[in-house]
Amino acid sequence: MSFLIGKDMVGGYGGANILNGCTIGVDKGEIAVIVGPNGAGKSTAMKALFGMLALSSGEVLMDGQNIMHLKPQERVKLGMGFVPQTANIFTEMSVEENLEMGAFIRRDDFSDTMDQVFTLFPILKEKRRQLAGELSGGQRQQVAVGRALMTQPQLLMLDEPTAGVSPIVMDELFDRIIEIARTGIAILMVEQNARQALEIADKGYVLVQGENRFTDTGKALLADPEVRQAFLGG
Amino acid sequence: MMTDLINALVLIANFILVPGLTYGSQLGLGALGITMIYSVLRFSNFAHGEMMSFGAMVTILMTWWMQSQGLTFGPLPTALFALPVGIIVTIGLTLTADRLVFRYYREIKAPPVTLLIVSMGLMFFLGGLIRFIIGPNDQKFFDGERFILKARDFKTMTGLSEGLAIKSTQGITVVLAVLMVSFLFWFLTYTRTGKSMRAYSNNEDLALLSGINPERVVMVTWIITAVLITLAGTLYGLDKSYKPFTYLSLLLPIFASAIVGGIGSPVGAILGGFVIAFSELFITFAYKRVLGYLLPEHLEPSGLMQLLTTDYKIALSFVILVLVLIIKPTGIAGGKTL
Repeated sequence: MSFLIGKDMVGGYGGANILNGCTIGVDKGEIAVIVGPNGAGKSTAMKALFGMLALSSGEVLMDGQNIMHLKPQERVKLGMGFVPQTANIFTEMSVEENLEMGAFIRRDDFSDTMDQVFTLFPILKEKRRQLAGELSGGQRQQVAVGRALMTQPQLLMLDEPTAGVSPIVMDELFDRIIEIARTGIAILMVEQNARQALEIADKGYVLVQGENRFTDTGKALLADPEVRQAFLGG
Repeated sequence: MMTDLINALVLIANFILVPGLTYGSQLGLGALGITMIYSVLRFSNFAHGEMMSFGAMVTILMTWWMQSQGLTFGPLPTALFALPVGIIVTIGLTLTADRLVFRYYREIKAPPVTLLIVSMGLMFFLGGLIRFIIGPNDQKFFDGERFILKARDFKTMTGLSEGLAIKSTQGITVVLAVLMVSFLFWFLTYTRTGKSMRAYSNNEDLALLSGINPERVVMVTWIITAVLITLAGTLYGLDKSYKPFTYLSLLLPIFASAIVGGIGSPVGAILGGFVIAFSELFITFAYKRVLGYLLPEHLEPSGLMQLLTTDYKIALSFVILVLVLIIKPTGIAGGKTL
């Protein structure tokens, strides 16, 4: 049983369901990637896991505990970190203040965690006094991930962390994400750049119309001719 | 010739610089409150003027009581010492108003324009309440030393024919405004609560995600606004005179200040206050005597050389407001667009 698992999730934003019984799970130290065509419910599945969407059936378990009744903020306290796809930084605050706000729920001394974030993303240390809104796209994503890491989560969820950044920056970000996973954090991400994401994935979920179409290791999915044909452009 | 120039400058300092700094500080404090509410609660609070009036009223009632008890403070106005009471009661008012009126509309996620109309309702209610308690008339509550620098003393000191007077209320206004603004900037920049307010104002969803409690942010915002409001209202009343109706007409220059500076930007609110204050004074000042000093004798103007009479000074705020909204809607310091 996975550390975090959403079982047979069904739900949507009123009207037709977007999720039609998909199951997504991730273990500590592992990278799980959700890929799939537009409108497959990738982001929605992640929001459901984080409690931003009410499910009509199915359940979400973390460490074996049912967390369905918890609000997103409460799930953060339980050890979930979430990096939204857009508006994921405080643009009018400095890099350092962004990280401080990430640690808002912590009443202990979080300077160690901040040092860890700075070690992971050295550029942020250099630009700690600069407004986050003035940084480049890749640097902003680093701030966003850094902010989420400040609560020392056991699980980090990333909604398209590489959207709108250059291929070089994307590789760089993926390297950092692997590093984060090595520290024992469970990582779940939704990605548009399916091929590159599956390359680093321990587990891959191909969603279509809110259902699991293929589930396997990243490598196996990349090798599967059917997956390649339908979702990775041959 | 040199004395003429100095006389002209003293004249401008006396009639524009000193009153401008005072009035600008009062507007700036008022505009800061508008900007705080706008950034955190995301609506334009039309009850702001009446809230200022309420804060000043409580301070005046307290001042009268203290005066009746013989509690006066020599050269300093008693009102200064009645201020804490005014502030506390006004905090009570803003928190009660939020609890009874604004919170409901926040919970149902009403659009900003609904909250604006709601605040107008509160404005009328407060206006009535204030007139019910203290009446519509002019109230005097100033005591203590009237001047820091008297025009006559300045003349004997310098030997100039023009005098420079600084009223103690002007000095107090500027000093208190500087203290308040410094405190506010320190609070917003360095404290955990201040930072969480900026975070909430900047990106509400991410602030919620970070575990920032919105109700606490809203509460602190109302408390700070109440302090700003009471200070601005009392200082204005102390400097000019307290009349409930004037606070309603102050609403326009205060909003103009906040918008000219860039709504949502605290620095902008202060800048905006001075822009509006000095514009009003420069345009309504009669330049006849200044020109009399500067021009050769036979060119001395016979008219008042006044661009606009003081009756139009409110219209001027309106004109500046419209120009800013057309040319640079984000204001000087680059705030949000209305």
